Amino acid sequence: MTIAARPGRAVGAPLRREGPAKLTGTALYTDDLVFPGGWYGTTIRSTEPRARLVAIDLDPAFDWSRVAVVTADDIPGDNVVASIAADQPILVPVGGEIRHQAEPVALLAAADRETLREARLRVRLRTEALPPVFDPLASTVEFARYDLAKGDVDAGLASADLVVQGTYRVGHQEQLYIENNAMIAVPRAGGGVIVHGSLQCPYYVHKALKRGLRIGSEQAQVVQAETGGGFGGKEEYPSMIGLHAALLALRTQRPVRMIYDRHEDLAATTKRHPAIVTHRTGVMRDGRVVAQDIDLVLDGGAYTTLTPVVLSRATIHAGGPYDIPNVRIRGRAVMTNTPPNGAFRGFGAPQSEFAAETQLNRVAEAIGMSPLDVRRRNVYRLGGITPTQQVLRGGVAGEEVLERAAEASEFDRVRVRTAESRGRRSPRDRTARGIGLALAWHGAGFTGSGEAKMGSVVSVELSGDGVVRILTASTEMGQGTKTIFPQLVAAELGLPIEAVEMAPQDTALVPDSGPTVASRTAMVVGGMTIQAARRLREAVEGRTGRPFATSYRDDAADHGATRIDQAFEPYPGVGFDDATYTGDAYPAFGWAAAVAEVEVDLDTFEVAVRSIVAVDDVGRVIHPVLCEGQVEGGTLQAVGYATIEEIKLLDGRYLNDRLQTYLIPTALDAPRIETILVESPFAGVPHGAKGVGELPMDVGAPAVVAAIHDATGAWIHDLPATPERIMAALVGIDPPGPPGISTVSPRRAADGDTER
Amino acid sequence: MSYHLTVNGTATEVAVPGMRRLLDVLREDLGLTGSKEGCGEGECGACTVLIDGAVAVSCLVPVCQVDAAVITTVEGLATPTTGLSSLQQAFLETGGAQCGICTPGMLLSGQAFLDSGAEPTDDAIREAIAGNLCRCTGYTKIVEAVALAAGRRDETGA
Repeated sequence: MTIAARPGRAVGAPLRREGPAKLTGTALYTDDLVFPGGWYGTTIRSTEPRARLVAIDLDPAFDWSRVAVVTADDIPGDNVVASIAADQPILVPVGGEIRHQAEPVALLAAADRETLREARLRVRLRTEALPPVFDPLASTVEFARYDLAKGDVDAGLASADLVVQGTYRVGHQEQLYIENNAMIAVPRAGGGVIVHGSLQCPYYVHKALKRGLRIGSEQAQVVQAETGGGFGGKEEYPSMIGLHAALLALRTQRPVRMIYDRHEDLAATTKRHPAIVTHRTGVMRDGRVVAQDIDLVLDGGAYTTLTPVVLSRATIHAGGPYDIPNVRIRGRAVMTNTPPNGAFRGFGAPQSEFAAETQLNRVAEAIGMSPLDVRRRNVYRLGGITPTQQVLRGGVAGEEVLERAAEASEFDRVRVRTAESRGRRSPRDRTARGIGLALAWHGAGFTGSGEAKMGSVVSVELSGDGVVRILTASTEMGQGTKTIFPQLVAAELGLPIEAVEMAPQDTALVPDSGPTVASRTAMVVGGMTIQAARRLREAVEGRTGRPFATSYRDDAADHGATRIDQAFEPYPGVGFDDATYTGDAYPAFGWAAAVAEVEVDLDTFEVAVRSIVAVDDVGRVIHPVLCEGQVEGGTLQAVGYATIEEIKLLDGRYLNDRLQTYLIPTALDAPRIETILVESPFAGVPHGAKGVGELPMDVGAPAVVAAIHDATGAWIHDLPATPERIMAALVGIDPPGPPGISTVSPRRAADGDTER
Repeated sequence: MSYHLTVNGTATEVAVPGMRRLLDVLREDLGLTGSKEGCGEGECGACTVLIDGAVAVSCLVPVCQVDAAVITTVEGLATPTTGLSSLQQAFLETGGAQCGICTPGMLLSGQAFLDSGAEPTDDAIREAIAGNLCRCTGYTKIVEAVALAAGRRDETGA
């Protein structure tokens, strides 16, 4: 499918706009900002998974005159971090319930770090322990539930030649942006605060400040500093830190810096949700899958945060990119007494698609079919109908990405070779090689009616002095927002990219363009930016009668400034019914395939991922270099998820909460990544882009696990596929405990105060 | 105590406790905030600088150990007259910097590799930057950038 105009297409890809500042060390991240007279802030946190807070004791022997102390009593507004539900407090009040380890209870600030460190040791929390819940299957508190049905699953299973069952578990994953969370609050002259920070969503923090501090829109000002990575991890928690910094700034009437160190960031901030997914799949001998019965449980942690929306995406994606006549998906998200889980690239889909793809590979093995052929047989094609009854009307590229990946990786040929070497394997062999394939879809933008409800706005202005400027709250955190938006506008106006400026992401200057999440920036906000530029061009050309590029300066001089505010307009023919949970769950889908080659050490059972061919349909490539960068980075995060990234918990506390113990891949661990970009555009936006950020995250892990099976013959059902789990599967010993579920210390178990 | 350092070609004296981290001296006493703190325990490499030409993580180095040393930070790579260094230019062209927080440290490890004159094979480049974590790029375009800069060096003999 093609569209006639390609306004988003770059002729020559421009260099990253803020690149020189990042490369010379002059880009200012939050901790680089200097505010004379500023104090340092810190957070006193719970050290129990669940308890009643009886008192906060300050040591009377300590000189508290040098320290500002803030507790829940000092919160001027609602003691709530504004999000989907109003259940998470800014600080646990005395008499209230501590629901997880590392939960914020009190705040301190002092002029220097020494005083602050000393003061921290002089605060004691008095508590009464309450029984925590760690196992999501034992939890009785449900945050959300979704049920999807298509056809008749029971009849489908009954008619199948074979029914294959499997349970898959995944644990937490940390976003691990290299810049830790950081916020600085500065009291405003006219009341209220300015918060500078490392964040994805300026208006989320803005909303939280207004509610928690009971201040007006103008008194809450949020300014994004250069942001050293987000990946979802700076979507919601900055609201909490921004409130904390602001409370201390208002108390001291000074700038207050809340700069997390790595330990605090790992111990307290959100992670990818652990999940338990069970599949029953009915398949015919010819490879047709006739029924999918899927049960999905997400562990939300202690508060609602974004969990219902994560569950929604996880549920809709749980069957994988396959047109199956009979489907039942039951998804629920539950509370446990562990730190709340939240957004991380993929947002529920990587969990459910790991399960779906591994299950399909096992189904293929059970009927003696190749993983490639079983996908060819079942993949969605144009006109396919999803479990929400959405008809796929355009931009369907599952087949194309699958074939391109199989071809580029020589999947069939390599697989014959690995099978031969498996057949000849002798006890003297020290390594085993394998190849694995995975296919995924990823809904572009918000789920369901999310975008229509958000009511986002982007502005493009021609200032009185003749400068074209984009005003948007969409943030740059590595993806290249500040490069692609000027590209889109410059193309629409016929200007060189240098002639288009980006206003800073400051709520006092830019409208609410919605959050920088859900791979929506290029598609949704980019589309609105083009629409705004088009209206600006028409206004100016209408007045001057000449092309915009040669007349806009004259128009500005004669007519003064022109500003176009472009609100989101729902895409024609796209609709979703929240009540029945049916309809167009997404305006479009992106499609991705990955083929991984691995080498497994047969002594240590370590996995080296040698190469990955990643094929991603992004609708339309705006900037090839930036787009490939997204695929490469997402692919490596998926490799980490598959092989080494795991959080262990004891009594609900993360045990490996340092960078010495939570490992991510280095340059030596990373596979050689070959990226192939496919363009199957979304017709609802002028440039056709469908977004790219999350897409590669969905396919990497199942491809790696399939390759481990090809190398060793062992199916790994739990992520990550650590040496311990592979050894257990091959040698027949007990595997390590399920990922994501806390163990209980002997003392706590003996006290009998844990419901399990 | 007072310590004498040459930082990016400029002789400097700092009067600070000897156990103060070099990273804090650079960022807070000298205002050179290009070097970043990602973990404070030598794992991430965001604070990487060159000490007498050798790669070091400045969060683990007390200033008393670098008295009289020559320090290079990211601020010392580009100059107003020559502009971006060859390696910085290569990062810009290949897309080696995304969020940019690992970039200063990555550049110094890459520069030390280029200065060593080693053959720029894929494996050798990866080994040279293995102490610098990047969460954005998958390392592909960083390795390309170092190889590109090495190629230009070998072409021009510079």
